[in-house]
Amino acid sequence: MTSSYNQRDWTVHPSYFSENYKSTHLRSPTKAPIKIEQTNSELTAPSFFPLINHEQENDLTKNGAVNGQQPLGERIVVTGRVVDENGKPQPNTLIEIWQCNSSGRYIHAADQHDAPLDPNFFGAGRCITDNNGIYKFYSIKPGAYPWGNHKNAWRPAHIHFSLFGPAFATRLITQSYFPGDPLLELDPIFQSTPKEARKLLIKTFDIEATEEGFALGYKFDFILRGPKATPMEK
Amino acid sequence: MSLKQTPSQTIGPFFAYGLTPKQYGYNKIKDIASNDLNSEGTIGERISIEGIVFDGNDEPVDDALIEIWQASSSGLYVTSKNLKDTNDSFSGFGRCGTGTNPQRKFSFTTIKPGTTGDNQAPHINFTVFMRGLLSHVYTRMYFPEEEGANQHDSFLLNVPKNRRQTLIAKQISSNKGSVYQFNIYMQGANETVFFDV
Repeated sequence: MTSSYNQRDWTVHPSYFSENYKSTHLRSPTKAPIKIEQTNSELTAPSFFPLINHEQENDLTKNGAVNGQQPLGERIVVTGRVVDENGKPQPNTLIEIWQCNSSGRYIHAADQHDAPLDPNFFGAGRCITDNNGIYKFYSIKPGAYPWGNHKNAWRPAHIHFSLFGPAFATRLITQSYFPGDPLLELDPIFQSTPKEARKLLIKTFDIEATEEGFALGYKFDFILRGPKATPMEK
Repeated sequence: MSLKQTPSQTIGPFFAYGLTPKQYGYNKIKDIASNDLNSEGTIGERISIEGIVFDGNDEPVDDALIEIWQASSSGLYVTSKNLKDTNDSFSGFGRCGTGTNPQRKFSFTTIKPGTTGDNQAPHINFTVFMRGLLSHVYTRMYFPEEEGANQHDSFLLNVPKNRRQTLIAKQISSNKGSVYQFNIYMQGANETVFFDV
């Protein structure tokens, strides 16, 4: 077992409080988190591997479809690697995925945006990385949607991801965006990320990953916290 | 260390159909975990945990996701490496959203964890996600009856004395057996202690 993981790098993660993202005002802790030495509790993680049949869950164009019909929207295939900060591939890593449909509407009952639900799209799935840390899933490109944060506020198209990695300390929930989206510049959530790190949240269009006649390919790598470097032995 | 960590982003308000589908009544995909960690073969003292997440106005948060991770009654974290070596059918991981209970409570049914040995009092690890939280927070729940062990716990010893009580659950009587109440305060005079894990 790894003896400790690098701390969260606060030069890439957003601070808890963001002036322009209103929901943070009453929900962000006001006191600095307390530093600790990691113990077994932080260095271990649950095993999901035997629980999931990801072959049936990594195709969001199919897992919500009724009678073999297809969801509306531009088909995409998203692929990439899960690695740690040293570039070491992370095999058997669970990735949970959720997103809105091509009209910008989530199936969640609390989403009241006046855009149509798609009877053939559920919008959630999972995949697991292979021995080389590679994952792949199919979906449709999510739409942009309005939200109440400020006047004429729109979220850029994004996909939500949840990853565990090898330890409780490597847990990550994030969103990934699409290249060239003019809404990125105006989005307080994306903009709350330190400037240099924002590019790490944007997928790359990839013609190699694109499947001819079927789906546009996007690449996105996840970089999880890695084991702390130990001093060289003499 | 050559690559930069992927930045965290908020879980947003609409995670439930992807992460806790069964609890919220969605059936297209199965849950990987629920708020009941026990099964018939689980060894240990059955307990319940419940709590409310409060925002800075002391309003209950109705769209938080709480995850817990804990050792078995013998103090073992069940991972992919030791899964085969234990006959205790206890995964140690649970999930609950705060959007389905009328009072916005989260709740878990589990067992009291054993001592893991490394200067740690028995405890349950919590991760909290919600809209408006750009990076998740980590905290721990300790047991009020473990006063002796709590005094030597390496995490608690790092916490200023006047804030330690935010990490210690209250035991409340109930017809369901041992119930521990553990509220989480994001801000305010009783702001819960969070750790930079």
